[in-house]
Amino acid sequence: MKTLVLIDNHGGKATKASLEAISYAIAMNAGNVSEVTGIVFGKIEGDANTGVCGLTQLVNVSSTSDSAAIAHWVVQYLKESASTLFISSHDNTGKEVAPRVAIAWEAAMISGVTQMASVNGSYTVKKNVFSGKAISEVVTNDNKVVMTILPNSFGVKKQDGAVAIQAVEGSLSEGKVKLSEVKGNHAEGGIPLPEADIVVSGGRGMKGPEHWSPIEELAKELGAATACSRPVSDIGWRPHHEHVGQTGIAVRPNLYIAVGISGAIQHLAGVNGSKVIVVINKDPEAPFFKAADYGIVGDAFEVLPKIIDAAKAYNASK
Amino acid sequence: MAFLFVFTTFATTIFESMKILVCISKVPDTTAKIAFSAPNTYDENGVTFIINPYDEWYALVRALELKETLGGSVTVVSVGAADYEPIIRKALAIGADDGVRIDAAESDAFAVAKEIAEYARSQSFDMILCGKETIQYNGGVVPGMIAEMLQLPYVFGASKLDVNGTNAVLEREIATGIEVFHTSLPMVVAAAKGMAEQRIPNMRGIMAARTKPLNVLPSCNAQAKTHVSKFDMPPAKSGCKMIAPEDAAQLIQLLHEEAKVI
Repeated sequence: MKTLVLIDNHGGKATKASLEAISYAIAMNAGNVSEVTGIVFGKIEGDANTGVCGLTQLVNVSSTSDSAAIAHWVVQYLKESASTLFISSHDNTGKEVAPRVAIAWEAAMISGVTQMASVNGSYTVKKNVFSGKAISEVVTNDNKVVMTILPNSFGVKKQDGAVAIQAVEGSLSEGKVKLSEVKGNHAEGGIPLPEADIVVSGGRGMKGPEHWSPIEELAKELGAATACSRPVSDIGWRPHHEHVGQTGIAVRPNLYIAVGISGAIQHLAGVNGSKVIVVINKDPEAPFFKAADYGIVGDAFEVLPKIIDAAKAYNASK
Repeated sequence: MAFLFVFTTFATTIFESMKILVCISKVPDTTAKIAFSAPNTYDENGVTFIINPYDEWYALVRALELKETLGGSVTVVSVGAADYEPIIRKALAIGADDGVRIDAAESDAFAVAKEIAEYARSQSFDMILCGKETIQYNGGVVPGMIAEMLQLPYVFGASKLDVNGTNAVLEREIATGIEVFHTSLPMVVAAAKGMAEQRIPNMRGIMAARTKPLNVLPSCNAQAKTHVSKFDMPPAKSGCKMIAPEDAAQLIQLLHEEAKVI
């Protein structure tokens, strides 16, 4: 099945989530990369780093525009190339472009896919529902399909690839939605939360924003992003973009370390895709321990320094 | 804009009036148990249903704030059977002016988007506001599909929305900062946390909601393009390994050697 993968262009490079989408597309084609073409809009550096996951064909449209213009360009390409599958990451770009593609291309769409699809005329694929508390198996009634892949579900499968880039001079129509600026820099020197492999998260048990340095220090030692629970962002101890949970960001890191978070069901909904969960809480009855792989019942301000020291020793021995 | 009065007697002043559509969905309460009565059927027994939080807390409340500032009206629309009417009444109690229930099964994102788009096509709304996803299906694609069907500009995941004449300014929080978008009305917005604060309906609102119009419209018979064949529960955790607080340093070793995540 000829597959087109939309690649989100972040400063000339593909995002990690986009590399995962490419890996997914290659695996869907049983490793036959000649069936997979990447498409990226705007100026890129080199192959936009897409070679690391084995991509061999990349279309680079020199200009970019809003989701409507991108989707219309993509649909034209899908039709001309007789493709049958369009894949993007389930990120902001994918969530704007992919539904438009599904409508204009008259395809069936499944969003937030977490596992490989099986194809037998129609597609059968699994995705998380009920905020990760259940998994649904969805069947398309069409073999022309749009899928968005949930970040941190499939991973980047590294393999060598020499990317042939087909450069297309700007032919996008002017968009009605214009990005005028990007303010601030939340992750200055840090790691963006949705892409992080490790997350260290604090709750009300941290007792105040002035006590956040152990969280930040442990995150720094582990190469982790920092996060927080909803009460902590609601009372303004930490910014909204760090709020992990049902109504905040859902994260799926390899390791989630929760400190001073009791583990309300709404918080668990945002972290239950994590591979390994560590809970540190002074209350042995905290519900979070039921969802944890490792637990420490103790005072965060006594426990965290020990873990930070051990992490420093581990880093020094690497 | 639906109604645009320009008074040239004074310095040019534009009195705006927004006609806003808010799409709401019925979902199980955030604390509801998740169980299935048949392989592809959610067990609704004993479950309390609410308006999808993203639709209610952010999309609906911001729509009401815009109406209060600029004048106009807020209509809520939901696609579903008669058991969707309590959540529409709740939205009316919070402050929406009228409700519309499109009498169709909420079968998949495409069918829901098609039903709403066909209704909205004839109504000349200045803005269609949705939550960024439901907490039930976690799809997040209905608003984008509506935008494409109606050929309107669209911003997903906006945490701030302001209107100035026929232009809108939106912000979206991303991992590295805040993106600022400018666009023109009419448009579709999928709302995220930060856009507004939850409002609790007061007694006057609840009383007023009883007499506000709730119109039931026939389905356009949109056909779903996907269906759910079964639900599964996620694999259970094998249990929590407890570490004594004085041995906390061991955690790093366990994460490296046993869990292999660092």
